Amino acid sequence: MGLFDLFRTRPKNTAALATERLRIIVLQERAASGRPDYLPMLRRELLEVIRKYVNVDPDAIDIHVTREGEGEVLELSVALPEKPSAPPAAVASDEA
Amino acid sequence: MNDPKPSIDEASDGPTPASSSATEDTPLAEVIVVTSGKGGVGKTTTSASLAMGLAKRGKKVAVIDFDVGLRNLDLIMGCERRVVYDFVNVIQGECTLKQALIKDKRIDTLFVLAASQTRDKDALTKEGVERVLKELGDDGFDIIICDSPAGIEKGAALAMYFADRAVVVVNPEVSSVRDSDRILGLLSSKTRRAEQGGAGVEQHLLLTRYNPERVAAGDMMGVNDVKEILGLEVVGVVPESEGVLTASNSGVPVILDEASAAGQAYADAVARLCGETLPMRFTEAQKKGFFSRMFGG
Repeated sequence: MGLFDLFRTRPKNTAALATERLRIIVLQERAASGRPDYLPMLRRELLEVIRKYVNVDPDAIDIHVTREGEGEVLELSVALPEKPSAPPAAVASDEA
Repeated sequence: MNDPKPSIDEASDGPTPASSSATEDTPLAEVIVVTSGKGGVGKTTTSASLAMGLAKRGKKVAVIDFDVGLRNLDLIMGCERRVVYDFVNVIQGECTLKQALIKDKRIDTLFVLAASQTRDKDALTKEGVERVLKELGDDGFDIIICDSPAGIEKGAALAMYFADRAVVVVNPEVSSVRDSDRILGLLSSKTRRAEQGGAGVEQHLLLTRYNPERVAAGDMMGVNDVKEILGLEVVGVVPESEGVLTASNSGVPVILDEASAAGQAYADAVARLCGETLPMRFTEAQKKGFFSRMFGG
């Protein structure tokens, strides 16, 4: 560091920032690499089917593959909206 | 030129095609892949120096350039004008392995197998690579270093597939570290050892372009940061050094420049690969004097 560098404002410890960012992304990517390739597609198609009946949020579907002993379990959870907004099938049966 | 045999198998294996039983009898060479994912981190520099260092310790070493279309190991090794046949020629049966191996002029147990400059990466096949590695083992080679191309495509995949050990070259920089993690994932899933189950490929990290002063200033990630993120032990730390460029300019693996910090760091890494325990050097910032602190330097 030369004399004139003293007058320059330097970003503080960017190495620590890099370490922190990498720690997070590497963990995330390692978790993702164990998952089967078809999960994103499955998630999208399930969402389309569910939306025919209930108007759920795109983020409402959660898919996980977990390992239990020898086998793997596909876990799927769908958060339904509080007030079901116009589910077509239900409306039709009420009127009858 | 000898008449090119259409099939190397027939020429080398004799009348009975009982190659599977023959594999178990012959002592296999240890295959070490030098890989990184990201380009420009020092894979070829590392391959050249590790190969030279291991050969200097008396091992019979072959170093193979897997970067088909972008041959460079020959330049770093200083044998670019002696390349007649290449790796792809051998795989395609256009020459024998002996014809394609270039003997190093400094150490007579070191041989280079150049990449093809004119073909594309599809010229490499898994069967072809396996055959060449086996033949090298049969010829008494102790160690085969596979210099991987950058990326995760065919050339890189084949360079790592048959590896017993991997040296993952990483710069203390975000994109290099992330790509290394991706490569580590592939090493533990897309290699023969991974497919066989068992112990898998033995993995080592080698940091290059390390600048202890910048680490001390908080501008660069340190050895321990990288080690912790990737969860692997470090087999060497090679400091950023003028020696690397001058060595590549002159076609001399930098490990032979014993005066340079990089050369000494590679010699340490080779010793560690051979099982020795050595303290890490060149990881602490040099104390600066008053003048260099005031006026830079």
